[in-house]
Amino acid sequence: MNQHLLYSLAAVLVLGLIGYAGGSGMPYLFGVIIPYAAMVLFFAGFAMRMLGWVKSPVPFRIPTTCGQQQSFSWIQHSKYDNPSNKRDVLVRMLLEIFLFRSLFRNTKNEIREGKVVYNLEIWLWLFGLIFHYSFLVVLVRHLRFFLEPIPALLKVVEMLDGILQIGLPGILLSGFLLLGAALFLFARRILIPQVRYISLTADYFPVLLIASIAGTGILMRYVAKVDIFTVKQMTMSLATFSPVVPEGIGGLFYAHFFLVCVLFAYFPFSKLMHSGGIFLSPTRNMANNSRAVRHINPWNPKLKFVTYADYEDEFREKMIEAGLPVEKKE
Amino acid sequence: MSDKLKVLAGLLVLAVLITLPFWLNAGKSGAAPEIVIAEAAKKAGNCVESKEWMAANHMALLDQWRDVVVREGKHIYVSESGQEFNMSLSSGENSCLGCHTSTAEFCDSCHDYTGVGTLYCWECHIDPSKENK
Amino acid sequence: MVDIPNADELIQIDRTPGKESWMDVPPDLSEGRFCYPAKPKTLEYLGLPNARVWSPSDEDWQLPPDWQKIVHEGFKERLDKYRSLKVFMDICVRCGACADKCHYYIGSGDPKNMPVLRAELLRSIYRNDFTMAGKILGRIAGARKLTPQVIKEWFSYFYQCTECRRCSVYCPYGIDTAEITMMARELLNLLGLNINWIKDPVANCSRTGNHLGIQPQNMVEIIDFFCDDIEEITGVRPNPTFNRKGAEVLFITPSGDAFADPGTYTYMGYLMLFEAIGLDYTISTYASEGGNFGLFTSSDMMKKINAKMYHEAERLGVKWILGGECGHMWRVINQYMDTMNGPTGPKMEIPKSPITGTVFKNAASTKMVHIAEFTADLIRNGKLNLKPGRNDHLKVTYHDSCNPARAMGMLDEPRYVLQNVCNNFYEMPENTIREQTFCCGSGSGLNTEEIMELRMRGGLPRANAVKHVHDKYGVNMLSCVCAIDRAVLPPLMDYWVPGVSVTGLHELVGNALVLDGEHERETNLRFEPLENAEGADE
Repeated sequence: MNQHLLYSLAAVLVLGLIGYAGGSGMPYLFGVIIPYAAMVLFFAGFAMRMLGWVKSPVPFRIPTTCGQQQSFSWIQHSKYDNPSNKRDVLVRMLLEIFLFRSLFRNTKNEIREGKVVYNLEIWLWLFGLIFHYSFLVVLVRHLRFFLEPIPALLKVVEMLDGILQIGLPGILLSGFLLLGAALFLFARRILIPQVRYISLTADYFPVLLIASIAGTGILMRYVAKVDIFTVKQMTMSLATFSPVVPEGIGGLFYAHFFLVCVLFAYFPFSKLMHSGGIFLSPTRNMANNSRAVRHINPWNPKLKFVTYADYEDEFREKMIEAGLPVEKKE
Repeated sequence: MSDKLKVLAGLLVLAVLITLPFWLNAGKSGAAPEIVIAEAAKKAGNCVESKEWMAANHMALLDQWRDVVVREGKHIYVSESGQEFNMSLSSGENSCLGCHTSTAEFCDSCHDYTGVGTLYCWECHIDPSKENK
Repeated sequence: MVDIPNADELIQIDRTPGKESWMDVPPDLSEGRFCYPAKPKTLEYLGLPNARVWSPSDEDWQLPPDWQKIVHEGFKERLDKYRSLKVFMDICVRCGACADKCHYYIGSGDPKNMPVLRAELLRSIYRNDFTMAGKILGRIAGARKLTPQVIKEWFSYFYQCTECRRCSVYCPYGIDTAEITMMARELLNLLGLNINWIKDPVANCSRTGNHLGIQPQNMVEIIDFFCDDIEEITGVRPNPTFNRKGAEVLFITPSGDAFADPGTYTYMGYLMLFEAIGLDYTISTYASEGGNFGLFTSSDMMKKINAKMYHEAERLGVKWILGGECGHMWRVINQYMDTMNGPTGPKMEIPKSPITGTVFKNAASTKMVHIAEFTADLIRNGKLNLKPGRNDHLKVTYHDSCNPARAMGMLDEPRYVLQNVCNNFYEMPENTIREQTFCCGSGSGLNTEEIMELRMRGGLPRANAVKHVHDKYGVNMLSCVCAIDRAVLPPLMDYWVPGVSVTGLHELVGNALVLDGEHERETNLRFEPLENAEGADE
């Protein structure tokens, strides 16, 4: 098995076991100190990365233009794929962030009987979208552990998430969609030879980590149930900065909780920062108007180039002979 | 607005989102409701299974009871410890609500607190504690 | 020169990656797999470091003694100067959407030609030098030490990228491999690792004003030749002026069009168009290059070469600049010129077509208009007398050049012109045109003979799309708005789709255009007889 995959599997397994054991051995460390530390690390790390990126300037206006430029009134301008003002850039960014516009263009090609053929490749886009949105719903749903009273809106989210009313406790779709999409993303990483070839530990680890978080969550809700009344007492104590660690919460909860902490702490130092980075991608967040409005490069160097005078000095005789006008006659 | 300011504004939004529970809970006690054990339950001394197990698994047990009663016509549940119980949620003294006489105090307070979704027991069953009022 | 396998063999491409980690696979630097390095004399002229005689096939590349430090410092400097580089180093999730979007990957099956892996060649060093995880965990974190083999790999693969930006269209974060390749080439340049096919034009351009090293008197002669030919074909002689002060418009086009077929016919088309509308324009022998191979070297070199345009416009006192058909030239003009060398002098004005009165607001600051925009506007306003029937023997398709498509978005203007100057126009499949267009396979300074196999591989997806319309509609003419295309597509067509010729947009314009007082044409601009074409649409 490839070492990147092996390291990732081992890391997630060991981390899960640490959480499982830590909950009974050192509940205050795993229930209070690590969660707070993880959140601080998450925010501080995220801020550090974003500020680190903006510290470097954007010297040139380099949008990737994915449609017709703004031209004559009689040529249809592709406003959102080739925006020429800030408002249309905003729309382009919203389409990227909420609908993964660029990934939606994805195709798959192969060479068949001497022809390069292009097939629709919607799965990465679709499962990517499911992955991110179900993660969002799961995250929002979990606010019920940190709010008292629970806002009506959250109850609506949960009601919609459980709309199928299967089983008791009722199945919440988002958790299963999250697990399913994470497993899809993991599976394509190991099954597609090219994707396997480019995959690093940093690719397997987060997807396995998230799958394990979803998995332990599902286990707790449907199989090895925990007393969530006690869990909420604990999470509420964290949310109100008056931490207490009640007795009797199972190891599975701590495994889940610790993996979540690991995810938050790891987030800013990983590729997961694409969430912040996409806002700063110069090929997407700039208008293609550099012919109409001058873009400023803060470090634009002054450079010596071959001027016309230098040129004329070198070729003057030949220029005169060819009948070309010159600045200096001799 | 410079990019740095935009990022700082974005980070502020992120900070607010992360600490959202703190802000939304501000000024509220957030305390867990007190679990009220009704007199009848205290008198009975124990539930069908251990208190801890019941806290985590009662919904699964009720689900299982429903199927056994409705589909197989059986009415007797034998607990881990060998004690026999009448499988019934709400009919008479010999049922769940026979001991836990107030659904508002016993069921709803926890369910509301943990936000585990609305009980749909009462779509079929009669809640005697509310019926009497 | 190494022989190339025939087309049927070459298209048997295996995309299965090897078992070994890519970090351990050495690059293939056998003859035919690399571009020849720049000559010491060229580097000395340009003031670039480490001039020496060497070959990529050598074991020892004679790197400067502190080469690792140079790369590290150079990398750091660029991370501080370019947010694009910094962000693109950090946020790739290796989803693989870009993998089969690269023409070199499609044509070679070499996994390091997947854009994601091309970028990883640089990222692995970035992680090692600039990230905590990389420093501590090494390979587990995807980092590796900078060794001579890494440098060789960079040289091999960053000169197998044509900076076409197709991958960046599909990337969910807009990661642009062109940006990464540009940075990598800058780093390689710091070590004196460059290719002759780029450095020679750069040196020429500095000295003579154009890539091909055409001296002023020769430039005048060449264009005089074109005028002779036009006079012979049409009976009307255009009278271009050179270095003339007070002209309204300065015309700048790639020197390649003055030098070799079929670009020369495009140049003739320009001259005929200007004659037909009586444009008050001049051609500079000093700013005689539209292209800019500096773009393929470093931002400094790009700036120096580009500086001549505004410098000359200012000296001549023109109101605005009209730019000819060229791909990367328009990347520079659209995305770099005004930033680097602007703002323009006080004498320049927002471009306004003297014929139609149209104001080109989208070029308000650069003051430079693309000739396809200019001509489209003329046609739209009915200012050209055209006989598209003269092009009836042609079945034309259109190749969007990478840069006008993905770094500008000039897609419909040339199509509008085409549809007015010829009657048989067919689009290639939609995955291969407009913003999804495929590179000719030889862009960004890779149009050199010694890597012909690589070029044929890189051009495969483009050629294959042409073949599709050739087989389906009988397309026999591939039109384009790029001088490099005009130089490299003919051999590509001969190899993959024999029977298809290549033309610039304005050659077709020149053929369809009716000049005042012209006599009946017997041939087109290529001196090929016109069979009944003359009366076709009368």
